[in-house]
Amino acid sequence: MIHLTIGEKVWQSVVYVILIFLSLLCLLPFLYVVAVSVTPESEVLRRGIVIIPESFTFLAYKEVFISHGIWQAYKITLFRTIIGTALNVFFTVIAAYPLSKKYLPGRSPFLLFIVFTMMFSGGLIPTYLLIRSLGLLNSPWVLIIPNLISAFNLVIIKGFFEQLPGEIEESARVDGASELQSLWRIILPLSLPVISTISLFYAVGHWNSYFDAIVYINDSNFMPLQVVLRNILLNVATQSAESLANSGAVSTFAVQMATVVVTTVPILIVYPFLQKHFTKGVLLGSVKG
Amino acid sequence: MQVKLAVEAIPLSKKRKSWIRTIQKYKVMYALLLPALIYFAVFKYIPMAGILIAFKNYNLALGVWDSPWVGFKNFTDFMNGVYFWDIMKNTIVISLYKLLFGFSAPILLALLLNEVHTQWFKKIVQTITYLPHFLSWVIVYGLMVALLAPGDGLFNMILKESGFQPISFLTEPAWGRLLVIASEIWKDIGWGAILYLAALAGIDPSLYEAARMDGASKWRQLWHITLPGIRGVIILMLILKLSHILDAGFDQIFMFANTFNQEKIDIIDTWVYREGLERLKIGLATAVGLFKAVIGFVLVLAANKLAKKFDGQIW
Repeated sequence: MIHLTIGEKVWQSVVYVILIFLSLLCLLPFLYVVAVSVTPESEVLRRGIVIIPESFTFLAYKEVFISHGIWQAYKITLFRTIIGTALNVFFTVIAAYPLSKKYLPGRSPFLLFIVFTMMFSGGLIPTYLLIRSLGLLNSPWVLIIPNLISAFNLVIIKGFFEQLPGEIEESARVDGASELQSLWRIILPLSLPVISTISLFYAVGHWNSYFDAIVYINDSNFMPLQVVLRNILLNVATQSAESLANSGAVSTFAVQMATVVVTTVPILIVYPFLQKHFTKGVLLGSVKG
Repeated sequence: MQVKLAVEAIPLSKKRKSWIRTIQKYKVMYALLLPALIYFAVFKYIPMAGILIAFKNYNLALGVWDSPWVGFKNFTDFMNGVYFWDIMKNTIVISLYKLLFGFSAPILLALLLNEVHTQWFKKIVQTITYLPHFLSWVIVYGLMVALLAPGDGLFNMILKESGFQPISFLTEPAWGRLLVIASEIWKDIGWGAILYLAALAGIDPSLYEAARMDGASKWRQLWHITLPGIRGVIILMLILKLSHILDAGFDQIFMFANTFNQEKIDIIDTWVYREGLERLKIGLATAVGLFKAVIGFVLVLAANKLAKKFDGQIW
């Protein structure tokens, strides 16, 4: 570090250049999407490729918000992310707690019962038929209930509970605290880092998933944001971007890009706060998954 | 041994009573566990029972039980179908390419980041390269439309301005696999590097100092200190990835595939979706799903066995 030879200096610069290039590769698509979404059609026609627009227009965004059911989709996605994550975490934690107790009779068969589902599954079609016979098709709850607990996250939380020092809980029990009280007052406060990590895993999963909505939901009122974006990108929406664009000053492309921005921005806003936790999470999950 | 004898000596009624007592004693614990057990029984095990459909000629009107049995006909139909080799080949080829490139890219990034001693720079690069991991495949596809769309996509505009013919990257079969693999690397390179960076941080710095004293070149340090230092993690991750060789990435391919490039990127999972839910060949699609699940199960068990030899088992 202190005395670098010329060879090492050259090597260092090469490393920096590659890393800067990689970072740009990750960032530039976003910048281009934003640029396209705010550039007026006339400027595109005049200048060709627009990376930095000379003038701005928010017409594409206006189109998106007026006529694509974006608000409704936002509502569904928020519902799914907030309620879904809360239920995910609640049910995962209350199941992980008893499973973390080595003295609980039947613990290992129950654990095997759960872990086995990570390795083998009935597959798409039998699951679909089950959901159909439960009458969950076309209900927003289908986005939450079939994914109530992730076995993987359950095992991570269980592992974390296990390595908490047992003495604290024991002394609380001696003082007359019930199991529920010691879970609520002692275990949970000590486990906040892992619980927030898992919450974030669940929340991002809800925000990003689109396939279950495509399979289980027909009613366009219950379509989450990702599905609406998908339809607009593939031009299959009932009111497709094209028909909107025909009305005037914005191109189909600009409307598509505006929708990408609208869907991405919430993630970009929370990302800096999440990032720290997630790094912890991936390490946690890998050590003993 | 003695304990076991004692239990056997207790008469049946007493045994049952002790069973009830155990439940009473731990009733709160079992009550907490109950919702999870119900959830997994209903949403994971009932579909497993639904695998029966794979051996039936499933008829929507008749339901699972009353549809006629056909034995292994669905499986033989699948193996003999014209599509069988195509989707198997696509699944495995895409998976192998992802393994080859998607696996080595994060290691390279981690090695490069490890060379950087300016903390703020390292942090910024990491923050930027993790970011794509949090985007959905729909958004990633949206970014690809921005860059590659036939009319207004950035690359095609550049091609046109330089006097070349535009290429419809998103529908051209020849580009399908490249896009799938490149976008996978783009999305997960930073995220994948986290683990290796942690492993790299665990290498004793005095080893490097000693090597430098002895005049070892960067290359020799990499070969004799760095790589052996993270070998365990690399092998473990490789084994884990191998167990998912038939998971070529459903969410991604479902988004990327269209009628034009399908021949090159259609995988088992997307095929099952189309045949099962769009063309309603329920029995056939279930059989194919089962075929995949069984192979996946065997691979996971094998991977766990292998992993045990290295850095402890997976579960």
